[in-house]
Amino acid sequence: MNALAARRRHPAAIAVLLMIGLFLTGAVYAAVAPEPADATTQALPAQSVAEGKALFRANCASCHGLNAEGRQTGTGDQIAGPPLAGVGAAAVDFQVGTGRMPMTQPGVQAMRSDDVKFTDEQIAAMGAYIASLAPGPSVPSDEAVDPTKGDAAVGGELFRVNCAMCHNFAGSGGALTRGKYAPSLRDVTGKHIYEAMATGPQSMPVFNDSNITPENKRDVIAFLDTLDQEPSPGGLTLGSLGPVTEGLFAWVFGLGILVGCAVWLGSKAA
Amino acid sequence: MSTTANQRPADALRTGDGPRHVAPSAGAKKIGGLAGWVDDRTGAAKPVGYLMKKVFPDHWSFMLGEIAMYSMIICLITGAFLTFWFVPSAGHTVYDGSYVPLRGVEMSEAYASTLHISFDIKGGLIIRQIHHWAALMFVVALVVHMFRVFFTGAFRKPREINWVIGSVLALLAIVEGFAGYSLPDDLLSGTGIRAMAGFVQTAPVIGSYLVYGIFGGPFPGEMIIPRLYSAHVLLIPAILIGLFTAHIALVALQKHTQFPGPGRTNDNVVGYPVMPVYAAKAGGFFFIVFGVLALIAALVQINPVWAYGPYDPSPVTAGSQPDWYMGFADGALRLLPGWLEFTVFGFTVSMNIFPGALILLPLVYVILGAYPFVERWVTGDEREHHLLERPRNAPVRTGIGMAGITAYTVLLFASGNDIMAIKLGMSINDLTWFFRVGFFVLPVVVFWVTKRVCLSLQRRDRDTVLHGRESGTIIRTPDGRFFERHEAGLPEDQWVLVQHEAVAPLELEPEVDEHGVARPAARKDRMRARLSRFYFADAVNPVTPAELAAAHHHGHETEALEGSQAAGEIESAEPAGRH
Repeated sequence: MNALAARRRHPAAIAVLLMIGLFLTGAVYAAVAPEPADATTQALPAQSVAEGKALFRANCASCHGLNAEGRQTGTGDQIAGPPLAGVGAAAVDFQVGTGRMPMTQPGVQAMRSDDVKFTDEQIAAMGAYIASLAPGPSVPSDEAVDPTKGDAAVGGELFRVNCAMCHNFAGSGGALTRGKYAPSLRDVTGKHIYEAMATGPQSMPVFNDSNITPENKRDVIAFLDTLDQEPSPGGLTLGSLGPVTEGLFAWVFGLGILVGCAVWLGSKAA
Repeated sequence: MSTTANQRPADALRTGDGPRHVAPSAGAKKIGGLAGWVDDRTGAAKPVGYLMKKVFPDHWSFMLGEIAMYSMIICLITGAFLTFWFVPSAGHTVYDGSYVPLRGVEMSEAYASTLHISFDIKGGLIIRQIHHWAALMFVVALVVHMFRVFFTGAFRKPREINWVIGSVLALLAIVEGFAGYSLPDDLLSGTGIRAMAGFVQTAPVIGSYLVYGIFGGPFPGEMIIPRLYSAHVLLIPAILIGLFTAHIALVALQKHTQFPGPGRTNDNVVGYPVMPVYAAKAGGFFFIVFGVLALIAALVQINPVWAYGPYDPSPVTAGSQPDWYMGFADGALRLLPGWLEFTVFGFTVSMNIFPGALILLPLVYVILGAYPFVERWVTGDEREHHLLERPRNAPVRTGIGMAGITAYTVLLFASGNDIMAIKLGMSINDLTWFFRVGFFVLPVVVFWVTKRVCLSLQRRDRDTVLHGRESGTIIRTPDGRFFERHEAGLPEDQWVLVQHEAVAPLELEPEVDEHGVARPAARKDRMRARLSRFYFADAVNPVTPAELAAAHHHGHETEALEGSQAAGEIESAEPAGRH
């Protein structure tokens, strides 16, 4: 009787087999899973409104209408895409630059994606086209979003008063009604933070320059930058989501480890 | 090594037995001299000797209470450290410590001192984190300890008082936890106090007076932090320690319960004496618990007060939850529909908050504390129980316990509905409705499933006793027949499966006595009989000796008798075979 046969009735055998099976399945899947097709068109650099209009018609008009006037869905009960006159170049830069637009599928909310479909030049061209329809917020200058020029302490207070109720105290995000959510603000560029405040994308309210001045916007950006830069003084943050994850950790790991110790100690003969 | 507490039949034969007398060493003499000196003045030798020789049974689940006890002690030790620097004051100050993102921000002295402990006191942050993790683990372990006591029937006579003390301890523990959670005066704890003020206001008629009393004026005022501090470091810990001492003293007095097994009866305790075995095991376990908590506190951040910022009544953060042990009350609030608020004679009645905020908390602990008395009334069982029941042997109690845990868990999960919504990509509205329905439906389902599982396990136990265990060994007889050999368990294993008592529902006494006069207690008896049927109508009772004998005689003679014969033949033919 060899060692394997002797062990096959071991209580852990089935668990070990399961784990091996799961790992194998995962490894095989990872090896043969189809790669997403890369069909990004490398368009020519273009700054003109006309170039932006062409890009818009090719990529955005199916929902937003041929002249960005907005469209209803086929059944007419919902908006497929809102009218875009007056949203400004900042809105285009935010929505397209964070990978939210074009939306890959209808949903309650466009999701941030690292897979940005257009080059900076193409985004600027589309922004120029939208800005030409009606005046709206423009893309902020690099200086206006430089976190080193802002006051993080002031930004923190502004953030807690204006932003934390949806985005959480550490910018980890939070839930809104019916599947909508305030996204995480970690590792978002200062430019996109500024544009979100100026344009109020999706469920977010607009914080215009009289609500929060451009200097204060920069303070908020500085505060969010400290969250990204700051080493976590207390160890693993558990997602900075508050007491829920801490309680879960206590039940799963705290109790798990201590009961494991108790079982070990209980099985020790005197 | 085992010790029995009562007289044994052959004690007379052991009268001369005793430990061998060896001349004590010089060191032992010295210690003995010191102990004698103390004993001469205090008379401590007798009680200490009694405690040292006390026997405790051994099982890992008996250490859950120890985890709670040690976590509490760790809280006391680390808490004393924190009081050296914490300033329990709502006085205004401007922060100028070493945490840059808050420099120049106005805050209370309580919050500033918490930041000071976290960033400027050596070891302050880890002590704070140990304190908080130990508090969470205290309540976790306490709750799981309650599960163990409940599901094994350890609360039965004579231990009902200790169960009630335990319930009060559990309630006090979460109140103590809430008071501590509220002290740092960061945004999260301030939100908690704000919520608490709102809850108190929902008390009919006296609500607003109560809030003014607690806060010494309108919310927030400057009184609440010093008052919570007194409660957190003085009042509640004193009651906790007093009750906890009574809890432990009663365990020593009533002796610890034990699981059924060979040699373990209702009249003895089989285990090891405190000295030296348990003193070493329990003492060692304290350091294990402390070590694990210190490790967790060193690696995992808890309550990052600096990230929440100072409390200010205007902001609130997403993901504002209490610590987990208050979560069930928070969850109840999230599930209560808003239309329960209405106005009567110009007074607002906040039934959308009141039941979850002020009724639920005491109600849960009253139900917990009352359960042993309800069960005793139903079973009419006035005997003492020192042997634990296996949960499967009390299917209805186990079902009730699981149903209670389910209802509690639904509320607890409901308090995290926003975190679940963003992390699982679901709608918070759907989750809320799922929990609303689940609160009523899931406990019933879980009760039924648990009871059926228990009954099935009991039937399997019966089957194992009557027919033995399938060995997986197929035997071919010389005349070509095949059968599987069933192995009878060892007697000590079988004992565990048959030792429990047979139960049956109480018989309903006639409603009229022999003279045809209605008995006054008939209604109560009917109720009791109905409950008793609920508990025991479909009980699966243990195998009786007669049933066992019958099973060995006919039931499965073809396999058991022939099998053992055939097996005997084979084994006699092949002496080098098994065994």
